[in-house]
Amino acid sequence: MKYITEFRNFEAAQALSREIHTVLAQSKPSGTQPAREIKIMEVCGGHTAAIHKYGIAGLLPSQLRLLSGPGCPVCVTSNSFLDYAVALAREPDVIIATFGDLIRVPGSRSSLLKERAEGRDIRICYSSLDALQIAKDNPSKRVVFLGVGFETTAPTIAASVKRAREEKVTNYLVLSAFKTMPNAMKALLESGELGLDAFICPGHVSVITGSSIYDFIARDYRTPCVISGFEPLDLLQSILMICRQITEGRAQVENQYQRAAQAKGNALAQDLLKEIFVLSDSDWRGIGTIPASGLALSPEYSAFDAAKQIPLKIEASRENPGCICGAIMRGVKTPAECKLFGKVCTPESPKGSCMVSDEGTCATFFKYARP
Amino acid sequence: MSDYLQSHKKITLAHGNGGKLSHELITRLFVPAFTESAESLNPPEANPNEASGLQELADSARIIPPSTNLVFTTDSHVVNPIFFPGGDIGKLAVTGTVNDLAVMGAKPLYLTSGFIVEDGFEMADLARIIDSMAKTARECGVRIVAGDTKVVEKGAADRIFINTSGIGVLLPHAPAGAASIRPGDAVIVTGTLGDHGIAIYAGREGINLKTELKSDCAVVSPLVERAMQTCSSIRVMRDPTRGGLATTLNEFTHQRNFGIEVFESRLPVREEVRGVCELLGFDPIYVANEGKLVLIVPPSSAEDVLKALKEHPLGYDSAIIGRVTERAPGRVFLRTVVGGERILDMLIGDMLPRIC
Repeated sequence: MKYITEFRNFEAAQALSREIHTVLAQSKPSGTQPAREIKIMEVCGGHTAAIHKYGIAGLLPSQLRLLSGPGCPVCVTSNSFLDYAVALAREPDVIIATFGDLIRVPGSRSSLLKERAEGRDIRICYSSLDALQIAKDNPSKRVVFLGVGFETTAPTIAASVKRAREEKVTNYLVLSAFKTMPNAMKALLESGELGLDAFICPGHVSVITGSSIYDFIARDYRTPCVISGFEPLDLLQSILMICRQITEGRAQVENQYQRAAQAKGNALAQDLLKEIFVLSDSDWRGIGTIPASGLALSPEYSAFDAAKQIPLKIEASRENPGCICGAIMRGVKTPAECKLFGKVCTPESPKGSCMVSDEGTCATFFKYARP
Repeated sequence: MSDYLQSHKKITLAHGNGGKLSHELITRLFVPAFTESAESLNPPEANPNEASGLQELADSARIIPPSTNLVFTTDSHVVNPIFFPGGDIGKLAVTGTVNDLAVMGAKPLYLTSGFIVEDGFEMADLARIIDSMAKTARECGVRIVAGDTKVVEKGAADRIFINTSGIGVLLPHAPAGAASIRPGDAVIVTGTLGDHGIAIYAGREGINLKTELKSDCAVVSPLVERAMQTCSSIRVMRDPTRGGLATTLNEFTHQRNFGIEVFESRLPVREEVRGVCELLGFDPIYVANEGKLVLIVPPSSAEDVLKALKEHPLGYDSAIIGRVTERAPGRVFLRTVVGGERILDMLIGDMLPRIC
């Protein structure tokens, strides 16, 4: 099948694997000194899932270490946001509309799943336009869509807000926790705790934003960046491109995913984002508040901003003390180092956000590679 | 029957209250269809002292199975939509239970059928479903010997649910079960994966495909018999329905001292099924089948069994897809298309509700 089997070809994958081994062997220090570990972070949760699903790590030299980054929308969503969503759900005239994964994520004291079992009106949508329809169908209620995700998801929600205004739907609101990637990547580099050698940059985010958002990482931090697709050959080729940059001493932004991501990105989506949202500080689970790393509804659209229209007092949020989702999301720890992993925290009964989503590091690790 | 359908267009609560309308429904629709189907079977199969509960409307059927080495099972069917490409809820209600008996290495003989119908259900649809059950039962040589019908008020059930229970007798060389599996054994699947689940899902969600993808809904007895005639030491057979092949293989390895290695590149999957799965984020190895077998056989007879299966139309796409290993006891591993390796876990969560 076009665009599937070609990108999963066995011989091509084996050839790329051999080439990666060759490139790294050439750069190996002479004598008996062991090769140094090379740490590459795949920022996007979709990449994490694909890497494990195809067993990519088994095709790589042992000196290469792939670290999963903070690119799973559900995982990076903070407890304070979930607590706010729970409080909104308890308001008498509110319907919560959300993507499915989010309802299972435990907040500080409850989850949307528990609230739904208590009888709150919480509905799963596949599109923000479904949520808008719920608002039209329930004019006496306020419908709050929980906006989580990155530059990939945000434009579709922006479109729903714009349409709500055009169609004069006044009971449609968005609680925004949208996040943007570049400053989160910067925060990881600046923390100094990782010693990262390179980034595999998110493919779908780049389809929207274009490739220039990573320029400062290559230039200022001398860290190679390769935008990658999601098939096994995409990932292997991206890793090869990174290895070549490293051995040749280059640090550039390269685009492996040229069939989808263009240098300038999607102008229509970018304009929509600029019209509806403004950059804001954002709270990332496990990382904390990162300046200018989120999207809030712009003042012009504040009539659709749930945080403005339904201000609620929320008890201070708290984390499950045993859960190390934060450290896992920063790439500092692996799921195997978590005491809860696979014992009390499983996909059926998640204790932390990383175990909930299909793209979550812990869920992926549990499904494909648990010890 | 047609004059009955003319005068009774819809099921009402009175059709399930045990009174006159119930009696009429049973004697006009159910009894003739199931009796004719049973009587068309070869007389040697029937024992003259047996009595189906249907014709005399007795409370039970009297059965005299040819051996006391029995298998007995039950299955409820709630598929939505009730008519789908390749089958309907009636056919599925027969094949589902018959297959559960057959994979034990048994000859299926008797079925019971319990109907729960929603008030207002079209009588013509009920007749069509009953016909489909009778036809399928006749084709696979089982007799529907007892039944029950309940009608519930609107909203208390979604149109129609059917439970069937079945009895069969074990044949010589029936598989010994998962405990007899040994490292080195071969894993065989008898055709393309996920056809049923994706056909139902595509039909329900209005996904238009260039080709008509049909459910693989079928009785697997011919394949079971062929395999058992070819190999007298089949370890285990199963029909990988809900949860798909991956879940079935995990059931084999659960708490055992062997593992199973599966080769992704050898898994038979139709292009349409792969396409729909890619779009929706499903994996065909977790999608339900309704006319496939997975068998574990000793390595020495694997090729012969494969050949015998492929000679039957139902088994044309059969393939040896994996092997039993000493390493990784209790686990199923997938050798991926690109040569990597990973765990192949059980299905977690409900990927496609109400597909059978």
